[in-house]
Amino acid sequence: MHFELGMLTPLLIDFPFEWNYIRSIIYVSLYVSITAVILSTLFSLPIALLVGFKEFRGKTLLTSIINTGMGFPSVVVGLVVLFAVSNQGPLGTWDLVFTTEAMIISQFILAAPVITGVSLAAVDSVEQNVRDAAYAMGGTRFDVALVTIKEARYGIATAVLAGFGRAISEVGSVLIVGGNIAGSDGTSVTRTLTTAIQLEARQGRFETAMILGAILVVLVLLVNAIVVRLGNGGGRYG
Amino acid sequence: MAIQRRGFIAAVGTGGAVGLAGCTGLGDDTGDSDNTGPEISGETLTLTTTTSTYDTGLLDELNAPFEDRYGVTVVTVAQGTGAALETARNGDSDVVMVHARSLEDEFMEDGFGVNRRDLMFNDFVIVGNSDDPAGVGGEEDIEAALTAIADAESEFVSRGDNSGTHTKELELWDAAGLTIEEFGEWYIDGGGGMGEILNQASMQEAYTLADRGTYLDMQDEIDLEIHVEGPVKDGPDELMNTYGIVAVNPAVHEHVNYDLAMAYIGYITSVEGQDIIESYTSAGEQLFFAEALSEDPEFQQYVPEGWGSSTDDE
Repeated sequence: MHFELGMLTPLLIDFPFEWNYIRSIIYVSLYVSITAVILSTLFSLPIALLVGFKEFRGKTLLTSIINTGMGFPSVVVGLVVLFAVSNQGPLGTWDLVFTTEAMIISQFILAAPVITGVSLAAVDSVEQNVRDAAYAMGGTRFDVALVTIKEARYGIATAVLAGFGRAISEVGSVLIVGGNIAGSDGTSVTRTLTTAIQLEARQGRFETAMILGAILVVLVLLVNAIVVRLGNGGGRYG
Repeated sequence: MAIQRRGFIAAVGTGGAVGLAGCTGLGDDTGDSDNTGPEISGETLTLTTTTSTYDTGLLDELNAPFEDRYGVTVVTVAQGTGAALETARNGDSDVVMVHARSLEDEFMEDGFGVNRRDLMFNDFVIVGNSDDPAGVGGEEDIEAALTAIADAESEFVSRGDNSGTHTKELELWDAAGLTIEEFGEWYIDGGGGMGEILNQASMQEAYTLADRGTYLDMQDEIDLEIHVEGPVKDGPDELMNTYGIVAVNPAVHEHVNYDLAMAYIGYITSVEGQDIIESYTSAGEQLFFAEALSEDPEFQQYVPEGWGSSTDDE
């Protein structure tokens, strides 16, 4: 024992996990959140562009509804999704309760308003004269949309990241609809980093929970770094 | 009964075949065309259970041999007893392992459960800070101990989550002639699993009612000691903690995996399953005591308590 190396050493020496267990939890966390964010982006971007381009009655109302959705409590979403996917619910025949699919559904619902809201703000902030210029140069609506997306790409990247942050750090709904299941072979079925932290804290193993927390933070930082880098790469050709 | 047994035998038979097939290469269930019984390899059994059985790690020990034998997956969802039964009522689990006989009886009377079996027991204990401000240490009588806590208005953390432990706690206050609605701020509704509540009690230097298994499993992490023992250490019988296992009724929820649920119940109440329970230890102490194997048939375990004629009390 090297006490002089401080508190971290015993934690690393008695590393309290099976590596397979950790890897499977990370895998499930990323699989669920990334899938949910990709689906949310595909759903949200067209809406953001549509709402951003068009002037219509009730636009302010729609925008404020989207913004309200950004703060929707995740446990409520979990509860609603549970009712929907439960064998008694409308989606009951698909046997989705306590599966990663159910977790993806709830994270989709949580992330979609965030991605829509933030990218709508980004699209809105693209100067009207940029769009006018694109039209003036004989661009079709599609061309104008492309120009706008290009101009708003940082805002859209921020939106996707915000959605990802919302999805991966969320614990309430995935706990309810996923059930926090790990198989007896020591790999995760529906256990994510957040629900694993919740479980460890419940059992009083706070050091273990801290390590899992550190892994979660590092993952979020990594994904952010990757997306920011991609954004910069696009910038060179912009 | 005959139908259930046939299902079980079919499941065991299939399991054996699958187990053998597993030696050469598992998961290829298109190949075994000679198998006439229901194919269960690759199926999933959903078990809802209490945090106490889950947090002690017992289920991992129990489930692994079962999964290996049949080539199936047991997914375990740890909830409180109340939530576990509610999930089963919705048909979202196939089998339930809980420890509140009154709630189990209600579950069966409502037609959601079949073939309840006594599984194992341990006991409840009153734990608290070593200072023991209410002076309940060494109290033999649980009602006197609870009265002492209430009189001293020492902090007491309740599970408050409709779990088996919470149900027991409410029964105990009631038996002591105390009404929790009249308690002051010292009575804390913790609203969490057993582990969370033990942490909370430890941090707040409060008393709580805990199942001995979870307490033993956690005692290194918390600063609590046992003040009132249960029947495992010659304490009062009121603190007995009996676990039962119930299959979800396939007549109510036809999609539940009844064959697999019955195979699981058969396994867990067999000599093999009961041996695993008996030999499971934490911190050198046995956590659960086998109860399924008995000389005496104990038919009462299959039906709600209180059913039957006057001849059944001997």
